[in-house]
Amino acid sequence: MANYSTNEFKSGLKIMLDGDPYAIVENEFVKPGKGQAFNRVKVRNLKTGRTIERTFKSGDTAEGADVVDVELQYLYNDGEYWHFMDQQSFEQLTADAAAMGDSAQWLKEEAICQVTLWNGVPLSVAPPNFVIMTIVETDPGLRGDTSGGGGKPAKLETGAVVRVPLFVQSGEVIKIDTRTGEYVSRVKE
Amino acid sequence: MIDASTWRPGADLATLRLRAELLARIRAFFAARGVLEVETPLLSAAAITDPHLASFATVYAGPGPRYGQTLYLQTSPEFPMKRLLAAGSGCIYQIARVFRDGEAGRRHNPEFTLLEWYRVGFDHHRLMDEVAELATALLEDRLPLAEPERLSYQEAFERYLGLNPHRTSVTELADCAERCGVSIPPGMPEADVDPWLDLLLTQRIESQLGQGRLCFIYDYPASQAALARLRPGDPPVGERFELYLGGIELANGFHELGDAVEQRRRFEAENAARQAQGLPVMPVDEHLLSALASGLPECAGVALGVDRLAMLAAGKTSLAEALAFPFERA
Repeated sequence: MANYSTNEFKSGLKIMLDGDPYAIVENEFVKPGKGQAFNRVKVRNLKTGRTIERTFKSGDTAEGADVVDVELQYLYNDGEYWHFMDQQSFEQLTADAAAMGDSAQWLKEEAICQVTLWNGVPLSVAPPNFVIMTIVETDPGLRGDTSGGGGKPAKLETGAVVRVPLFVQSGEVIKIDTRTGEYVSRVKE
Repeated sequence: MIDASTWRPGADLATLRLRAELLARIRAFFAARGVLEVETPLLSAAAITDPHLASFATVYAGPGPRYGQTLYLQTSPEFPMKRLLAAGSGCIYQIARVFRDGEAGRRHNPEFTLLEWYRVGFDHHRLMDEVAELATALLEDRLPLAEPERLSYQEAFERYLGLNPHRTSVTELADCAERCGVSIPPGMPEADVDPWLDLLLTQRIESQLGQGRLCFIYDYPASQAALARLRPGDPPVGERFELYLGGIELANGFHELGDAVEQRRRFEAENAARQAQGLPVMPVDEHLLSALASGLPECAGVALGVDRLAMLAAGKTSLAEALAFPFERA
């Protein structure tokens, strides 16, 4: 990968630090009245999600990280790995549990996911922002309650559990916002 | 890429009016004190040698004897103003555009406006008094300011980090950085304490300076004297000062070095440091050296960042909001 000078730093740039890939979140140029200038940089570890602060002497370089975001189709889970396919090249890629994080619970087969690759290997997987799923288990709610307040837990076909309004019943199909893990609406089939 | 909205100014109209008012008040301040306004060339065949400053360069296309010569945009009007002082101008000031390559950020724009002035017969302490009077006069109706504070460089390091910057080592400074959670940049030198002092100053001290008042830091390590005279002693110090307000550096001043031999030695040492770092060696200002040799009156001089002053006076947090057109829109 190319090296980047601090003069090329900007938010979103992916660089290597201590063997891990990081994304630059914030870059600030600081210089005393006379003397050495520095870049104070906030970076997010793309493996752990943790944000830390680093300082560079202005003009120094950092190695670029080979990190790209691609859209892949989720195929299946073999018990240990999650398998994805590039719909253009038909190349198949596998992601481990660390890369999947909490995303696995939102994936139904054929879902199109945003997958971040580091050196060609999935580093993290983002499910679609909205998914449609069937409720497999929830307590029978009170008929006539349409307020949506309170709510109850409902187990979905993938095993995920979300809070739904009391009037939503087992066997119904619902829409969920995966970024918040919240129920959005019922879906008419 | 040109976004259709980028033709618009960075600063709002109220801030532009405030800038104009500040400039008028600066001129009135110096007129009342009999300090002469001057203008000097922005382009020069000589350039600053300081390895931490980068000059923009251009090539003159003629006509005349300078045909084809590389000319540099000034990083400050200091050298020609000292030539005027040596020629007997008396006290002078200038509001000048200056240019520094590679400096851009929230508090930096590659071209900016400096107010630079020289007072014959002043030392750096007397000049600090005047800087405080001017800054207070310009800011008092917008920012409530307590009595100005004056800390030596040593006192600042002792107060905020508990170490003596004149009697320290790279090991102690690195330990201090680690202890107070400063991330240490890769490739810091093992023999030179100055970059380590700069690191701690910028990361842990500056933000605390000048909270609700003007704060002057003075008497810098001899190795950071720049164009200031050295005061012998134990330790010897550079008679230099900086002004901070709200954690932001506003001005840098010197009890001016008038010794042509010492000035040449510093230029050459800086060019040697440039060579060692793989930076271009800059043409030394022989006109300045001749002027110093003919005799610079005893004086102190200071450069104050007008854009930063306008930014603070307007209650803005980025320089781009105090400039008609910041660099990105130039």
